[in-house]
Amino acid sequence: MSKRIYLYPIWLRFWHAINALMFLILLATGLSMQYSNPDWPLIRFDLAVQFHNIAGIIVSFNYLIFLLGNRTTSNGAYYKMNWKTLISDLIKQMNYYLFGVFKKQATPFPVNEERKFNPLQKFTYVLTMYGMMPVIIITGLALLFPELIIEKVFQSSGIFLTALLHTVIGFMLSMFLVIHVYFSTMGSSPLSNFKSMINGYHEPH
Amino acid sequence: MRNIFLLLFFVLFAFVHKQASAQLMVDMESPPSNSEMNQTCFDCHGQKVYSFENDFSGMLERKVMNPNYVLDTGAFYQGVHRHFACIDCHSMDYEVFPHQSELRFEMMYSCIDCHGGDETYAQYNFDQIEAEFFQSVHSSRHDESFNCWMCHDPHAYKAMTHGEFKISEIVKAHNQTCIDCHNDAAQFQRITDSIRPDLAEVHSFIPKYEAHLKSVRCIECHTSQQDTMWVAHNILEKDLAVKKCVECHSSNTMLMASLYKYQSIEARQSGFLNAVILNESYVIGANRNFYFNIISIILFGLAILGIAVHVFFRIKNR
Repeated sequence: MSKRIYLYPIWLRFWHAINALMFLILLATGLSMQYSNPDWPLIRFDLAVQFHNIAGIIVSFNYLIFLLGNRTTSNGAYYKMNWKTLISDLIKQMNYYLFGVFKKQATPFPVNEERKFNPLQKFTYVLTMYGMMPVIIITGLALLFPELIIEKVFQSSGIFLTALLHTVIGFMLSMFLVIHVYFSTMGSSPLSNFKSMINGYHEPH
Repeated sequence: MRNIFLLLFFVLFAFVHKQASAQLMVDMESPPSNSEMNQTCFDCHGQKVYSFENDFSGMLERKVMNPNYVLDTGAFYQGVHRHFACIDCHSMDYEVFPHQSELRFEMMYSCIDCHGGDETYAQYNFDQIEAEFFQSVHSSRHDESFNCWMCHDPHAYKAMTHGEFKISEIVKAHNQTCIDCHNDAAQFQRITDSIRPDLAEVHSFIPKYEAHLKSVRCIECHTSQQDTMWVAHNILEKDLAVKKCVECHSSNTMLMASLYKYQSIEARQSGFLNAVILNESYVIGANRNFYFNIISIILFGLAILGIAVHVFFRIKNR
């Protein structure tokens, strides 16, 4: 068995755990509000609003910790994209997930101290953390202080457009969450990656 | 074929007639009919200070007008009673100055004295408004001195008709009627000895109270809504007010039966459930897009299916 690699420092594990918990709360309360129905309330509306607001604020502060951590530690380097080889790298990785994994082929981008993420992971994480997260945080804060939102944007309600963007990004992040959790089962054992996020050590295949 | 054309003609006529009948019945374009006659009154009552010649001293005196008797002439001529002469409602004896002191006790007309039982004004439902008022706490908790003029100023009344005003303007005007008393200690104590509760404190259970106050009318939650009424007047006991968020924040929002009920039907058929609300606002849980819902379910289903297939082959090739 290969040597375990310490890839997840304590701050990152805390950040990840808080993010995961808040994500679940935001997802449940967000769905409950979006599909609120007096006949079968998933979560009571006023409670859903309160919990969604609190979880949203925590996630926002947590995001600042992520930015700060990536700025001040070596963790930020894992998110640097190699744009020149991106397409071919993505194809290689997708081929592995779609076919190679069933043929017991070796992963084309094994995890090591210099490379925590494979190209597909890196691409989706960058898109999520540096693309979607800022948008959902900004739109969420705007909805928390709706008096700051421009009233009309091209004849449409500014609040509506903000809420629509917030909901669409929220949906995409929910999809990310489901897929992220599934791919986490593809470590050396189905639970190894989950253990890694507790003890900090990555177990190579 | 001829019968079909006739039928279409009558349907069209009925539709046009219905549209026309929803319009304001007051001529707002032509000059006010009695402005010259009214000017005699407005010379004094249109200003904060008035002057008159004292017959005894022979001097010209200037006095401050009682603020309760100062009228905004501009607002009067923009209101629904703009063509009225002052003496249509007030005693002709007011033409004499100084006014006789007993004129202060003249009986005032209420809305129903002129508008009640009159088919001409049927679209405004005055009789139903009166019936609702008698059921409301404004009537049951107070004596007869609580009349229409407690809330509505006949000298400046504007009909906030649907279609001619934006929802936000209607909400602001209708809520101002409530706020004028319920947020003003002096006005509030005209009819009660109790201490006026602070509105923001009473409504502290509503997140973003100020935003709600700008977007929905007080009567949405505080009245028993009747389908035929645009402005419900049956103000309920406070314990019976709507307190459940989901009454509005759901796809079958009660706002569609009250605030938004006269908005165009076409707007509701553009894919968005309750799209009409989007014209002016956004109500969480009430605005849903049918197509977005379908697309999101399909995408989520595909993701789950993809994962299921992947799991299957992973297990099979283990």
